[in-house]
Amino acid sequence: MFWIDNAWLIPIFPAIAFVLIVFVTKKVKMLSALTALAAMATSLIFSIGVLFTILGSHGEINMNVPIEYSVPWLTIPGVHITAGVLIDPLTAVMLCVVTIVAFLVQLYSVGYMADDPGFSRFFAYLSLFTFSMLGLVVANNYFQMFFFWELVGLCSYLLIGFYFYKNSAADANKKAFVTNRVADFGFMIGIFFLWLVFGTFNFQELAHAIEGYGNVGFLTLVAILVFTGPVGKSAQFPLHVWLPDAMEGPTPVSALIHAATMVAAGVYLLARGFVLFHAAPSALLLIAYIGGFTSIFAASIAIVQDDIKRILAFSTLSQLGYMVMAMGVGSITAGMFHLTTHAFFKALLFLGAGSAIHAVHSNSIFDMGGLYKNMKTTTWTFVIGSLALAGIFPLAGFWSKDEILLVTKDGGFTGLYIIGSIVAFLTAFYMFRLIFTAFFGEKLSDHHAHESPWTMTVPLMILAVFAIFIGFVGAPFVEHGFASLIYFEEPHHATPDYFLMISSTLIALAGIVLAWYMYGKKAVDTEALKQRFLPIWTLLYNKYYIDEVYQWFFDKIVLNIGNAFNWSDRKVVDGIADGFSDLIRATGARLRFVQTGSMQTYALVLFAAVVLIVLWMAVPVLGGM
Amino acid sequence: MITLYHYLILGGFLFCIGLYGALAKRSAVAVLMGIELMLNAVNINLLAFNRFLNPGEVSGHVFAIFVIVVAAAEVAVGLALIINIYRDRMTTQLDDFDWLKW
Repeated sequence: MFWIDNAWLIPIFPAIAFVLIVFVTKKVKMLSALTALAAMATSLIFSIGVLFTILGSHGEINMNVPIEYSVPWLTIPGVHITAGVLIDPLTAVMLCVVTIVAFLVQLYSVGYMADDPGFSRFFAYLSLFTFSMLGLVVANNYFQMFFFWELVGLCSYLLIGFYFYKNSAADANKKAFVTNRVADFGFMIGIFFLWLVFGTFNFQELAHAIEGYGNVGFLTLVAILVFTGPVGKSAQFPLHVWLPDAMEGPTPVSALIHAATMVAAGVYLLARGFVLFHAAPSALLLIAYIGGFTSIFAASIAIVQDDIKRILAFSTLSQLGYMVMAMGVGSITAGMFHLTTHAFFKALLFLGAGSAIHAVHSNSIFDMGGLYKNMKTTTWTFVIGSLALAGIFPLAGFWSKDEILLVTKDGGFTGLYIIGSIVAFLTAFYMFRLIFTAFFGEKLSDHHAHESPWTMTVPLMILAVFAIFIGFVGAPFVEHGFASLIYFEEPHHATPDYFLMISSTLIALAGIVLAWYMYGKKAVDTEALKQRFLPIWTLLYNKYYIDEVYQWFFDKIVLNIGNAFNWSDRKVVDGIADGFSDLIRATGARLRFVQTGSMQTYALVLFAAVVLIVLWMAVPVLGGM
Repeated sequence: MITLYHYLILGGFLFCIGLYGALAKRSAVAVLMGIELMLNAVNINLLAFNRFLNPGEVSGHVFAIFVIVVAAAEVAVGLALIINIYRDRMTTQLDDFDWLKW
């Protein structure tokens, strides 16, 4: 139990690295990188230790019997908040995912950020981020999770705006933070409601309390409020707008935060607090449909984008929609499984994109082309990642995507099943459009691409291995696989549905073939196609103009409300305060004429007062005169 | 018959004239003269009360003599003040002493 007893150290190592880098090693680039990597490696070893302890306990530690340690954090009369760790298979899996991807991304960054003057700052921020993310993962109560939730949002702000001198980056990080804040407001209110009614933030205690609670309407309200947190953090519609802009940050940041871990925090919260959502079926329905809508919404935008990172960003949005949809139809197994596989192959895709961008010095796929000639490793790992994402047997994405399609179909959500299948087709299509345009074919611009250094290609290869094999832990044929680890209430073993497997593979292959036909073989004149459907193309290219709608809303409504309050503050509130002081000043200005300076006036007043006093004292005795 | 009231009314009358002089005169010396008049009016009151209420005792007379002494000392000091002010400001008109004015 050594690993679990010391699991609280897992977030602490990167925190120590952050402090060291900021105060000690800032000037020495290699030392900063080494500190960060060492801390990350230690956390990785501990996380693997935790996972193996849980696996080795043969079901003793499971989702219904977790291990929890806590210390009192804030104790005032009536309020008792603890800080602690909650270790169960869900935590263990998430810890491993976060630490593995974070370690590989940090290794990659040594090569990618080598020429950047903010090298040490980058590793400091990355360490701070991993501290926050790991703290969020091990949290045992909503308060601590929210604390780290906000901290993760802060790190996202710092990292997106890493190139702070660029206006686009500064705008993007503000957008990310404000959008998250809107979501966190709802989340906070939800948590406060839970506190008001149940008196605790702790997940375990809340689970017991909610099970016996009768007022479903209240629980639905709270569930929807708490869900707004994931809507913001995991970029579901309508708070998805920040994620494409977040690509302004360096590519390792996009890989780590906006693909694998931070955006997965929302999905993790849904799994962690699932008992609340399970008790409010209408909320679950809403969650499922928002997830489904987001996935097809984002996939449709991705098919016309030309910035490689934007394509991957919308792909992430779409896959997050899948995960949220899976949670919504009631299966945290499927959602978490897809989260795990997605983390690996999406990080792989982003890092590969970074490698391509590094070589070509441009983000647009139409500036690339023919990269496979000089960048073999990048090309093939990217292709493996895309195949995994498209869901081709036997790569990782196939198993997890099928699991999601299976639970939607079995749960009776035919509409969502159809949407999921369409999204699978679109996913395959836009990924291979990207591959055929950027990696194969002729050079589309005058670029001198060459392979990236080993610090960049080795993580790509490691992630490719994960992308291929990680799916097998959750395949239906595996006895004690993913489904027996992570579940709600009791494990459900899915029976292999061959029709589903074959049909989904065919759909994905159809997408790939269409992409090859249009972009590989160039049998269709894409430019003419675009002109023919120009209105639709413009709508999709501009992301359905949602950003413009929000900007209008902000300009016309929010700013005007702000102006009204500003007017009220300056004229009314300040008017009262200043008016009061003006009144006193005016009174004083009149009263000062009493000070005549003439002593005789003073003496007169004195005498008058004496007369008055004498009269007043004489009144009682006047009668007896 | 001359009763107590006649003396008291005389005293009051003189007091009021003195008060008017003290409050309404512009010359500082005139103010001092008014103050003297007020003190003398008080003396008249004291002697009247002594004569009509307590003829056997002399406490009223003694008190009156004290008042005369105090008045004399006060006038000395007051005139010294006026001379000093005159030496500084070249005037003894009270209207000119307006430094405490708004």
